[in-house]
Amino acid sequence: MSHGVELRELPTIHGAMAEFDTPEELITACKRAYGAGFRRMDAYAPMPVEGLAEAIGFKRNRVALCVLIAGICGAVGGFGLLEWITVIAYPHNVGGRPLNSWPAYIPITFECMVLLAGLTAMFSMFAMNGLPKPYHPVFNVPAFERASVDRFFLCIESSDPLFRVEDTLEFLRDLGGREVTVVPA
Amino acid sequence: MATTEYLPKQEMPDPGPDQILGPGHDNNTVTERIAGIVYLPLTKAPRKWLIGAFISFVFVNILMGAMWVLFTKGIGIWGVNIPVGWGFAIVNFVWWIGIGHAGTLISAILFLLKQDWRTSMNRFSEAMTLFAVACAGMFPILHLGRPWLAYWLFPYPNSMWLWPQPRSPLEWDVFAVSTYGTISLVFWYTGLVPDLASMRDTAPHLWQRKIYGVLSLGWRGSARHWHRYQKAYLLLAGLATPLVLSVHTIVSFDFAISVIPGWHTTIFPPYFVAGAIYSGFAMVLTLIIPLRSWYNMRDLITMRHIEAAAKLMLGTGLIVAYGYAMEAFFAWYSGDKYESFMYWNRVTGPYAFTYALLILCNILLPQLLWIRKVRLNITLVWILSIIINIGMWLERFEIVVTSLHRDFLPSSWGTYIPTVWDVATYAGTIGFFLFLIFLFVRALPSISIFEVREDMHHAKHLQHAYEEKV
Repeated sequence: MSHGVELRELPTIHGAMAEFDTPEELITACKRAYGAGFRRMDAYAPMPVEGLAEAIGFKRNRVALCVLIAGICGAVGGFGLLEWITVIAYPHNVGGRPLNSWPAYIPITFECMVLLAGLTAMFSMFAMNGLPKPYHPVFNVPAFERASVDRFFLCIESSDPLFRVEDTLEFLRDLGGREVTVVPA
Repeated sequence: MATTEYLPKQEMPDPGPDQILGPGHDNNTVTERIAGIVYLPLTKAPRKWLIGAFISFVFVNILMGAMWVLFTKGIGIWGVNIPVGWGFAIVNFVWWIGIGHAGTLISAILFLLKQDWRTSMNRFSEAMTLFAVACAGMFPILHLGRPWLAYWLFPYPNSMWLWPQPRSPLEWDVFAVSTYGTISLVFWYTGLVPDLASMRDTAPHLWQRKIYGVLSLGWRGSARHWHRYQKAYLLLAGLATPLVLSVHTIVSFDFAISVIPGWHTTIFPPYFVAGAIYSGFAMVLTLIIPLRSWYNMRDLITMRHIEAAAKLMLGTGLIVAYGYAMEAFFAWYSGDKYESFMYWNRVTGPYAFTYALLILCNILLPQLLWIRKVRLNITLVWILSIIINIGMWLERFEIVVTSLHRDFLPSSWGTYIPTVWDVATYAGTIGFFLFLIFLFVRALPSISIFEVREDMHHAKHLQHAYEEKV
């Protein structure tokens, strides 16, 4: 039955992982892996490292765009709400002042812009990063515990078309990682 | 990770005013040191921490008691009455929200200005911001008289089809303070996530690992994550910077938009913002100086940080002094008799002693900070920071009470004397604030670990580039 064959083809390993001591070693390794044609990989560091994302071919993200859109929505929404309250929903004559007294609405408009943009900055960043994520295969590697302390990791994922377990492990060993392991899925 | 020792046995020396970090640190040691403060079992907590936490908890209970009496009897238990309808509640509201502003300044504005010394202080000051905003937010609600109807301040569809008045600065304040509180929380939590991941991976007990694991959302430090993270953090800093200026500007509008002599002035927004940052830095120093000695963190929070904060205090203090001078000048120059009477009454009237104390605390004594020896004397800086906290509270007392107590008609004149409940509520919020700070240093990393790692990485690169050049 073809069904059983398909099951066996499912990846049982997430990828191959190499451990490095310094961010410089990691960047060099990433550049070489990218140069060798690997695309589905990720680098892990305990702090932001300049040029690391670029080294694995990740150059642009959409956080800023989301924040811009949210900021515009916040400003328009905030201003619109106040206009609607004072002109349409609850027109109230206070000493003959105009109903549409827009300069008085600017502070709240600004606050609504910041509120929506700021919340979007956090939520869009987490959402695009796929967080919260209770389970991820990279944590199956015991040494990965130090990825949040002082170690640097490169993981070439099994979904990469060039991924062949033995060859990729050999390739990672050549990169000079101190420890090369298979990451179980 | 070796977790047998949570705090270093020997006294860590201060590396002096030129270093932001003591010698011999690497990525692992900073993690151990900063997280170690949290991992320290409660039984081994410094005695001073226990005493401090206990005393502040007593004051939390005083706050609860004062609130209980307030809710059962109403705001008649306070000293406020006509003509002084705004008393301690508004004084304390402005004082607390001002204190919060230094946290945002340190974390957002100094981040945009690439001041690397901010790293050891930003997490702590952001926490201070959150707790100060919590204290500030309490006062207007307590002052409502019917605090259970506080949600009426927000525009929501209701059966009476009534809407708040968006032309009023008090309504602007609702939006400003609630946005400020929310964005401060977002900024703080976003900054915490990578450190929570470090704690998930290094905590000594499974239950701790579980709690930090949930809070860290499964952060794994991927390069893609960091890329988006840095962008989001930069944008949050960029948004928080105008936000912090807008919040205290709007707080000052509560006064400046009115027609009361002493309030109706255009200098209020900049002078309020400067005063906020002034008092905030004072509070940061008041808290961080004892903390760094209790937890042996002199090599993480160094004289470099203390001196920089002292300089910023001096600078913002001078802006505040300019504000006072302009108030006096315009009282005379405007030719407005109400304005000049108000000012004369402020300086020579029944509250003259508070004005004299204000000038002493906020203007005269802080000038000592011009002297480098004073800035490098930790005890003097600490005492000055407390004096400035008092001075900034007196400033708000001046603005609120002396402007109100002499109404336009002498028949409406009055005197404001705070009652024991005013004082209990105020002291209670100080206890509440300190109690939260005490809990915070035990539950979360009070220094941003990953940013210290980043700074060390940058410093290494600079050193490398320098050596190549030589």
